[in-house]
Amino acid sequence: MTKVLMIAFMMVFTQNYVLVQFLAICPFLGVSQKFDSCIGMSGAVIFVMTLASAVTWLIYTYVMVPLGLDYLSTIIFILVIAALVQFVEIFLKKFIKPLYNALGVYLPLITTNCAVLAVTLLNISEKYNLLESCVDGFSAGVGFGLALILFCGVRKALERAKPPKSWAGLPITLVAAALTSMTFMGFTGIADKLFG
Amino acid sequence: MSPVLIAVLILSAIGLVCALVLVLASKFMAVPVDEKFPAIRACLPGANCGACGYAGCDGYANALAAGEEEKTNKCIAGGQEVAKAVAETMGLAFEAVVEVNAFVHCRGDCLNTQKRTEFQGARSCAAAKLLFGSDGACHYGCIGYGDCASVCPENAINIINGIAHINDIRCMGCGACARTCPQGIIEVLPKEFEVAVSCSNHDRGPAVKKACAVGCIACTLCAKKCPAGAITMVNNLPEIDHDKCTGCGTCASVCPQKVILFGNKV
Repeated sequence: MTKVLMIAFMMVFTQNYVLVQFLAICPFLGVSQKFDSCIGMSGAVIFVMTLASAVTWLIYTYVMVPLGLDYLSTIIFILVIAALVQFVEIFLKKFIKPLYNALGVYLPLITTNCAVLAVTLLNISEKYNLLESCVDGFSAGVGFGLALILFCGVRKALERAKPPKSWAGLPITLVAAALTSMTFMGFTGIADKLFG
Repeated sequence: MSPVLIAVLILSAIGLVCALVLVLASKFMAVPVDEKFPAIRACLPGANCGACGYAGCDGYANALAAGEEEKTNKCIAGGQEVAKAVAETMGLAFEAVVEVNAFVHCRGDCLNTQKRTEFQGARSCAAAKLLFGSDGACHYGCIGYGDCASVCPENAINIINGIAHINDIRCMGCGACARTCPQGIIEVLPKEFEVAVSCSNHDRGPAVKKACAVGCIACTLCAKKCPAGAITMVNNLPEIDHDKCTGCGTCASVCPQKVILFGNKV
């Protein structure tokens, strides 16, 4: 139980994919302009990461390891995740229409999100079991959502500021992202003290 | 068998299984899409401005396709061409779009009125409004921090000398500014209207005179002189009944403050 809690805490705070490991920067910068789209994107990422963690863990353990193909994990996981996201989109459209309306636009964007791939690869390299993998995926998604929503607030404030012309737009946004990321460096080391 | 061959085979097998699952899924879980919707949606400009009263172009197209909405001329941004195309797609009679423009009921720029206090908060009309109504000498007029300009999808609003100016050529009449303005002084008016009142101050004459050089002093001259009887004074401001108005321009010429604008209302 402690290990599961520790994984969750690490993924949300100390090992946050966006702000500490610098993955998924593209959606982080692209979708953080509006609060509503932040919520939709976070929901979709949490959903896909949890599902992808479970499915890839099963495929890795029961197909790839017995055949000695563990060195192919990257390419197979990309394939599986892409197919999975497409399938989920079709499934939601048919059976869970409200959820599709809320997440539908964001699902195709996640197909090639590097953070989703990173979660599945990390699950393997850390030798997590099925439950731990799912928790890892879920909390990595929550961490992504946290970073996105926090940064959305920062961007709201940025819109009011008037940076010099050469800094306006993406440059000042990247600087703000770096500063937001530095705040998360403060969590380093907390996890060991809390759960160690 | 060589390991390379196994790898290729397994990878192809996984790919094939994924493809099969997706093909089957799209076959058996296909959702019938309303044929009308994409056709109507293709006619609309995709500005998602909300002038039609729906949440974006998709919302309007959906309502039309589902038969909840029967007016085909609600897309103001698209104008006559879009209305024609939508009417054709729907198989309904064409109705002309009433072309509209946003209009600011205030002319109190920094040459005509002063600031009452110096506001140092966030540069937003809504924030300034929270602090004792407004930082201007006139409580009713344009605050001038550009909340309207920031929401305008066409960049048709400029703040010049501390007051919002609407670029009539760029304005497509979506009314986003009118919904945003905390003072409620922006109104979307049909382009065919000849006269418009460029003041929103409900105070009496002397108080208005103190606050602004171009405010309505509620002298009621326009109401008395209007040959069609189209003007009534409501809360110290003239209200024009556009059904009665003949567009003669008498009100504009008698107004001592030149608050009523005639013809080209800018």
